[in-house]
Amino acid sequence: MTVDVRAPELPRVQGPLRPARLRPRDVVKVGSVGLRTRPLRAFLSALGIAIGIAAMVAVVGISASSQAGLDRTLAALGTNLLTASPGSTMTGGQAQLPDTAEQMAARIGPVTSVSALGKVPDAKVYRTAKIPQAETGGLSAYAARTGLRATTGATLASGTWLNEATGRYPATVLGATAAERLGIGRAGADTQVLIGGRLFTVVGILAPAPLAPELDTAALVGWPVAQEELGFDGHPTTLYVRAEDADVEDVQAVLGSTANPEAPNEVEVSRPSDALAAKKAAGEAFTGLLLGLGAVALLVGGVGVANTMVISALERRAEIGLRRSLGATRGQIRTQFLAESLLLSALGGVGGAVLGIAVTAGYALYQDWPVTVPPWAAAGGVGATLVIGAVAGLYPAVRASRLSPTEALAA
Amino acid sequence: MIALTDVTKTYAGGVTALAGVSLTIGRGELVGIVGPSGSGKSTMLNVLGTLDRPTSGSVRIDGYDVGALSDAELSALRAARIGFVFQQFHLAAATSAWDNVADGLLYCGLGLRERRRRAAAVLRRVGLGHRLHHAPHELSGGERQRVAIARAVAGDPGLLLADEPTGALDSVTSEGIMRLLRELHEAGTTVVIITHEREIADGLPRQVRMRDGRIVSDSGAPAHGVPSAGEPVGAP
Repeated sequence: MTVDVRAPELPRVQGPLRPARLRPRDVVKVGSVGLRTRPLRAFLSALGIAIGIAAMVAVVGISASSQAGLDRTLAALGTNLLTASPGSTMTGGQAQLPDTAEQMAARIGPVTSVSALGKVPDAKVYRTAKIPQAETGGLSAYAARTGLRATTGATLASGTWLNEATGRYPATVLGATAAERLGIGRAGADTQVLIGGRLFTVVGILAPAPLAPELDTAALVGWPVAQEELGFDGHPTTLYVRAEDADVEDVQAVLGSTANPEAPNEVEVSRPSDALAAKKAAGEAFTGLLLGLGAVALLVGGVGVANTMVISALERRAEIGLRRSLGATRGQIRTQFLAESLLLSALGGVGGAVLGIAVTAGYALYQDWPVTVPPWAAAGGVGATLVIGAVAGLYPAVRASRLSPTEALAA
Repeated sequence: MIALTDVTKTYAGGVTALAGVSLTIGRGELVGIVGPSGSGKSTMLNVLGTLDRPTSGSVRIDGYDVGALSDAELSALRAARIGFVFQQFHLAAATSAWDNVADGLLYCGLGLRERRRRAAAVLRRVGLGHRLHHAPHELSGGERQRVAIARAVAGDPGLLLADEPTGALDSVTSEGIMRLLRELHEAGTTVVIITHEREIADGLPRQVRMRDGRIVSDSGAPAHGVPSAGEPVGAP
């Protein structure tokens, strides 16, 4: 039999054969075939990814919202409050601040206000005389200057603050925790508590004071009445100083030696806003741990996607064979399965990011924080899922493309 | 259109499916390749359709030496010039007839709108204009095979290869499918039908009979002229 190849009669270009390129839109279309035909499976494997991303976005978002909440609190309270309290003496005893500490501190140039708190030793606080002596509830009595509330920025939840008049009489203002432990909801003329064995009328209740947390468990009485009735020695135990914002650090440097010139080393000076920030930093370690857990969830989600893709490539051999017979190149089959894997994980990534933002918003609103999700967290989460999708889809895609068309069609 | 010279195909394990086959099919022919199962006719279809490469011998399709082409070039050859019809139809489930045919044009480099336009035209041509939106499970066997044929010829290929196109259909429906294939042939397409049914083959102008990987008889190219300027099926 002779080999007879006739010249092509149809007006076709008999040039080099070049497979047509798939347009991006068509790549998305063929990549979504598996998702459209098996939606439940696609949903479940995307869910694995989504949980991981949601966990990570929520952890970062809640941490950022808490930071934003703290920043807002600090902005409201000011970061220019300093405290000075007596530390230990050289011999290890309890040091004291001199009586003159307040006046001395007030003379520092940038200081705008000074106030003091003096702990009344041995004066315990009880609701009534019938409470056993040992059940102090962790509450202490303090002598407070009338300017204390303004300097610390504490606010009243109920009643009034101590003034020159009530400071001379058995009247007290309770901290937020103290009022709660004593079971007192409102200040009133007929509400009395027992401080150091004497009845004091509760004239006011403070709201929680974040910059001066020691006030929360305190029963505050006037300086004069503490000295007259409770045996208070008149030495302040905490000095509160507000300074010009720009000079806070300079004031912090000299506050110790100003408050107690004879023994500056016995004075502990601190900046409560720093303490709040430090507490926050301690929480960061926990955030890191949760992020790690989120990453593990993400990894498991990625394995789920890889598994789905391997099964999909096995099940759809006939489809692969048909596509090859229709003229799909190996590269186009590979692209199809890779696109499917990427779509699957992108779906999970976007869903997870939305879920994470929703969880963050819910928690932040519950905590009364401003909702803050760093854009890098959401974008990074979705980006990470694309990397996972590519890695998870690579092997199944290559496997699908290596399938010989005849074997695939025979399946 | 097709020229096989001393083609052999031996599978791993030593099974010889084609044992030295030479065959020439001219443009515009309608040929039946007949033989019992195991005669090598399926391998023949795979080789004719460039889905498989021969172990030895040369295969020329539409002027191209298949042995010299890369996998990507063979894919392009299939996309542009060869249409396949399978016994099992191989239609995508839960996808309308229209989309099944339109998706078949994906690898021809046409845009979505053009694919759908051509698909609708070719479906009307095979008599399924009223079934555009039906999914395969809503169609009868014969209608499904018509969709598959529409998909195969939508890209206006010069060569249509049909592997047992009536194998899953009853005799009345088979009749209709064969009529459709004959119409496509009359419109200028080279059609090769692989079948084990003699009745099907007997109705074809040229029959190539196979047994044990060899051609045992070939009724030869018919005398009638090759339709050169016939309007290709699926063209606008």
